Amino acid sequence: MTLTQQLITIGMVILGTMLTRFLPFLLFPAGKPTPKYIQYLGKVLPSAVFGLLVIYCLKNVSLFAGNHGIPEAISIAVVAVLHLWKRQMLISIAGGTVCYMLLVQLVF
Amino acid sequence: MQKRSVIMKKAFKAAFPYTIPIFAGFWFLGMTYGIYMSVSGFSFWYPMLMGLTIFAGSMEFVAVNMLLGAFNPLQALVMTLMINARHLFYGISMLDKYKGTGWKKFYLIFGMCDESFSINYTAQIPEDVDKGWFMFFVTLLNHCYWVFGAALGGIFGSFIHFNTEGLDFVMTAMFVVIFMEQWMKEKNHISAFMGIGLSLLCLIAFGADNFIIPAMIAIFVSLTLMRGKLEGGEGA
Repeated sequence: MTLTQQLITIGMVILGTMLTRFLPFLLFPAGKPTPKYIQYLGKVLPSAVFGLLVIYCLKNVSLFAGNHGIPEAISIAVVAVLHLWKRQMLISIAGGTVCYMLLVQLVF
Repeated sequence: MQKRSVIMKKAFKAAFPYTIPIFAGFWFLGMTYGIYMSVSGFSFWYPMLMGLTIFAGSMEFVAVNMLLGAFNPLQALVMTLMINARHLFYGISMLDKYKGTGWKKFYLIFGMCDESFSINYTAQIPEDVDKGWFMFFVTLLNHCYWVFGAALGGIFGSFIHFNTEGLDFVMTAMFVVIFMEQWMKEKNHISAFMGIGLSLLCLIAFGADNFIIPAMIAIFVSLTLMRGKLEGGEGA
């Protein structure tokens, strides 16, 4: 690829990304009342989206090969227990990550 | 009326702690990305400037392959739209929260990656902190971590020998915590269950590389069908 072709390709990726980010705001501008249906989606979507993001992070975990997802399962349990116990975002995240690193580096 | 610098300082102080996990995660992922680009034969300018202008982690990894393949701008655009379609859901959720943030709104939308969206949607911003500036700093800090990580990876990548295996789990841990925070806030968990369940089903049915769009459609259709049931008592 020439430099121009590279720049066009990168430009397309930027355009595509910005379209997905700006489109809802262009379709439903702040000045006009947002349709009730969209307001409803805005309220109920996030819970489902956070679920989707958790699964997205785990998408390459294989239950039937490698570690069988055991380090992930243990570490997520650690995150959950820490968070229920202390409810300090940073402690839960750091605890789970350290646990995962120790498991994949030393145990599995 | 507080002075602008005081308002900004206060918002920065409130925003920074929320971004610490992202600091760890983006430093690592950004470096990985920079290293990947450098071993693919690109100078550090590429990961740095692409990190700055695209600012969508997974998409930037895919973009490396696009740059190495044949020139096909239309395919690049369509693939980007598919991979980043989840941003549409973020935008719909943020219509209200980004309202009234003035010129900052443009940057908030530009920088609405998975992590910035998740923090800005769930963070309990104290009453006396300016919401617009808070969300601005969350977005800006995340953006900086990513660009610096990518640039460092591009420059020094091949010299680093610290065992970072597993550090990427910091992102998973963060989304688990955010999912739990949302769970504790809501009155019923139907949408959360559907998010996990339908995504899992689609992952099994379509595989790791193709499940996002089917999962989004399934979530969208289900939530639309359940509107009558959910609208009365949903807690968000």
